[in-house]
Amino acid sequence: MAKKKVVLTFPPELTETPLTYHLVKDFDLAINILKAKITPGEEGKLVVELSNGAEEKILAGIDFLKKQGVFVEPVSKEILLDEGECIHCGSCTAVCHPKALSITPPDWKLNFDKDLCIVCESCVKACPMQIIKVSF
Amino acid sequence: MKTYAEINEKIKQGKAVVFTAEEIIDVVKEKGYAAAAREVDVVTTATFGPMCSSGAFLNFGHSDPPIRMAKVWLNDVPAYAGIAAVDAYIGATELSETKGMSYGGAHVIEALVRGERVELKATSYGTDCYPRKEIRTFAGLNDINQAYLFNPRNVYQNYSVAVNTSNRTIYTYMGALLPNLGNATYSTAGELSPLLNDPYYRTIGIGTRIFLGGGTGYVAWEGTQHNPNQNRDINGIPIASAGTLALIGDLKQMKREFLRAAIFDRYGVTMYVGVGIPIPILDEEMLKQTAVSNRDIKATIFDYSVPKRSKPNFGQVSYAELRSGAITINGKEVPTAPLSSLNQARKIAQILKEWISVGQFSLTEPVQSLPAESKVKPLEIREQEV
Repeated sequence: MAKKKVVLTFPPELTETPLTYHLVKDFDLAINILKAKITPGEEGKLVVELSNGAEEKILAGIDFLKKQGVFVEPVSKEILLDEGECIHCGSCTAVCHPKALSITPPDWKLNFDKDLCIVCESCVKACPMQIIKVSF
Repeated sequence: MKTYAEINEKIKQGKAVVFTAEEIIDVVKEKGYAAAAREVDVVTTATFGPMCSSGAFLNFGHSDPPIRMAKVWLNDVPAYAGIAAVDAYIGATELSETKGMSYGGAHVIEALVRGERVELKATSYGTDCYPRKEIRTFAGLNDINQAYLFNPRNVYQNYSVAVNTSNRTIYTYMGALLPNLGNATYSTAGELSPLLNDPYYRTIGIGTRIFLGGGTGYVAWEGTQHNPNQNRDINGIPIASAGTLALIGDLKQMKREFLRAAIFDRYGVTMYVGVGIPIPILDEEMLKQTAVSNRDIKATIFDYSVPKRSKPNFGQVSYAELRSGAITINGKEVPTAPLSSLNQARKIAQILKEWISVGQFSLTEPVQSLPAESKVKPLEIREQEV
């Protein structure tokens, strides 16, 4: 059975459209939501695993999403932090919505929880030391 | 009451009692002000944050035939050479002429501190005594004569909390500020920060010996925009950016760990500078100042989406609230993030404590106090000189 993990970025006008419903109903896909950040009226992000169908069905579903205006990317990317070079300033935490990057007491060292990361890449540019990269 | 001489005598004998400005808070809780003031000799303070107003004077030595360098570039970053023949000042925020915002003066300084040679290019108009008109070579800290940091404005006594009420992300020296009060950034070490522990500049003044970038440095002068007249809380601590220091120190002693080039996205290049300043516990009053905690230090929240000299503000929050991870503005919970590294500042405070404890770093009495009164003037745009 084919499976595919993708990151879906919704423009603000689509956050109130029931797109996942169509994926289930029209393309017969099972959708496992891994991470989600959807606020009506703002850009939304959804990391999903699509399965339960043949490869063609998944691709057709993705094609449908793209036609609706959703930006679709594979989740093969991950954020890499060069910890030895980190000065633990906390600048990257300012832009990390899912709080994958955090800086907390008692030691005020930067902590990166990969499981919470939605690979939005905001931290890459926010890091003053330029030590956060995206791997493909 | 203790004098500088008495404290230095104890330091010399390796008997000085030293705590960091964080540790002293618990010492006071346990012993009370009076006993702590008797027992403690020195409290160390520190900060490690982005400080744009930084740079280094370099003297390259004379080539043969010699050149009166009129224009100087280091790794394609222009350095100011409008001084004597082979002197130049490389400013931290100066951008590369070839790499733009991804490389600047701070990177040149960091490369030098790391022991690298940088490409030195200079041009000149040529004179009878300095006939050479062009030079290109590579030079590192071991090759050149003097190399010293001279930072016109460091160690701000308190700073803004930055937020953005507009509907787009803005890119500032306070980092990326998310729309609709999406985040709040702040940049001081709070209770560990030097000038928040000596709010009236009683012991930190011109000539004060300090930790600078991993080596020894000195307070050279009041910093630019030094503003002791800033509004103060009832405890005497300014509630927004106030005093500043001009610092000087030998670049050849410095370490990359405490001097790091930085890029603020779509803003530019700056440098994280590590500074540690010892405060002698001359009496109970001085001890009280150093025992201040994050609960008692307030900062003002400014709206950076208003690109004006005077930005609207949302009142004050304490550093304890900022450190809690979120503050409330207009009923909205806003996540907070620091820009200066408390982790690194603590390292610096510990190193300075160690230097003093083992007797290798003695204290200096200011040769002159910083101004206790002075206002920051705005720049008016005039059509003509009269």
